[in-house]
Amino acid sequence: MPTQMAASLCTTFSPSTSKGVSLTVARECGQLVFLEGLKSSVDVFFRAQAEPHPLQFLREANAENLQPLYEFVREALKPVDDGEAAWRCPVLLVDDLSVLLSLGMGAVAVLDFIHYCRATVCWERKGNIVALVHDSGDTEDEENNILLNGLSHQSHLILRAEGLATGFCRDVHGQLRILWRTPSQPTTQRDWSLTYQYKIQDKSVSFFAKGMSPAVL
Amino acid sequence: MESVLALRGLVLLRDSVEWEGRSLLKALIKKAALGLVYYDLFRDPLNWAQTGEALPGGPLGALQAMCERTDPGPVTVALDSLSWLLLRLPCAALCQALCAMSRQHACRGGGPAAEQLCVLGLLHRELHGPGPMGALSSLAQAEVTLSGTAGQASAHMLRRRPRQRPTLETLWFSVLPDLSLDLQGGPPLESQPHPDPHTPQVDPASHLTFNLHLSKREREAKDSLTLPFQFSSEKQQALLRPGPSPATSRIFYEPDAFDDLDPEDPDGDLDV
Repeated sequence: MPTQMAASLCTTFSPSTSKGVSLTVARECGQLVFLEGLKSSVDVFFRAQAEPHPLQFLREANAENLQPLYEFVREALKPVDDGEAAWRCPVLLVDDLSVLLSLGMGAVAVLDFIHYCRATVCWERKGNIVALVHDSGDTEDEENNILLNGLSHQSHLILRAEGLATGFCRDVHGQLRILWRTPSQPTTQRDWSLTYQYKIQDKSVSFFAKGMSPAVL
Repeated sequence: MESVLALRGLVLLRDSVEWEGRSLLKALIKKAALGLVYYDLFRDPLNWAQTGEALPGGPLGALQAMCERTDPGPVTVALDSLSWLLLRLPCAALCQALCAMSRQHACRGGGPAAEQLCVLGLLHRELHGPGPMGALSSLAQAEVTLSGTAGQASAHMLRRRPRQRPTLETLWFSVLPDLSLDLQGGPPLESQPHPDPHTPQVDPASHLTFNLHLSKREREAKDSLTLPFQFSSEKQQALLRPGPSPATSRIFYEPDAFDDLDPEDPDGDLDV
């Protein structure tokens, strides 16, 4: 059974995003604010309890919401005081939301977090959100299904990456199904969804139509 | 689709991930808007900002307050979405609130509830189990289920009227960028297989090298044949009648050199 992953976009990609962006360089230039969950989770336990921390829910037995994490995102987007340009069309990348479920948060709490992020990043700042959710195909995992479907309904664009139905292939790593949820130009015959196959390379991905991999042509 | 706006009571707009319903809800709001009042709960539904502007009772309280503020008379309330409320509130509380809304409005308007208030609720099918969906369905006067084929969206409208049979109607539509509704007559033609009336029906048995047809005599012989295991009345009589003497059927056996014919009955010592 191929593992499926679903990635949801809240608005379409900003066209100024170029391929092969070096995140390390962007971080050094101040273009990227990076919260590394694994490292920060250790800090939570060594900080004084009164100090707020984005991952505070790890400390609380009954954390009801992810408001501290949302406050971190909101603070990161505030314009810098020394006269530099404010964030223009910011992009929030979340990798990944299924981890929050594994850490004990409920699906509704994660959906509320994304809702507030949408209000700030997409509506207020005219930016985009790219969030990753895993779909294990387990219909009995109710929380994950609520998160996956709830997020899908909040999204404008859904990218569903899955393995090939025929099994492993060296030259074709998987299939990507693109689903538009709010068409900008509805016509009677439009493509609500497209399917491509892809191969992951060193620092990029190459896409091709189904059955049109260069390896088989 | 105008008939949806003429509905009163709870109208469920059931959409799915593949066929979203928010555009249709906005189109219906645009059609119905005579004096549109917009309650923005998008920015801060849970009062995280603590601005002090939030209505008491959360979103459900806001819903109830909304109905109390409107003038008596026909009113359309659009909820985006009922699923949001259903995920955060117990199903029974939401159902009671929806019933109470129509009763309150009726009391103030002086007319029967069914004629005063229309609640258009967007409901995402995949998010809820059969229990809550069934409970809301039982409260609804109409359900519009969105689906589609070949890139064309369709709305299946189920209307329940008191003392009448429920009616089902299917409409094909699209929502234009200015939120106006474009109704189509039916699904796109490419999806419907049309049998070509000009193609003559070809007899598949006409050009074979063997004969599949029966002559008249052969057909009669076939029809008059009695199947061996068919228990007819003639067979029943033949079995009941004493059969012919055993002398008519005999077995002739020539023993060879290896046979050991022992006239004694091997089962003679059994007391059967």
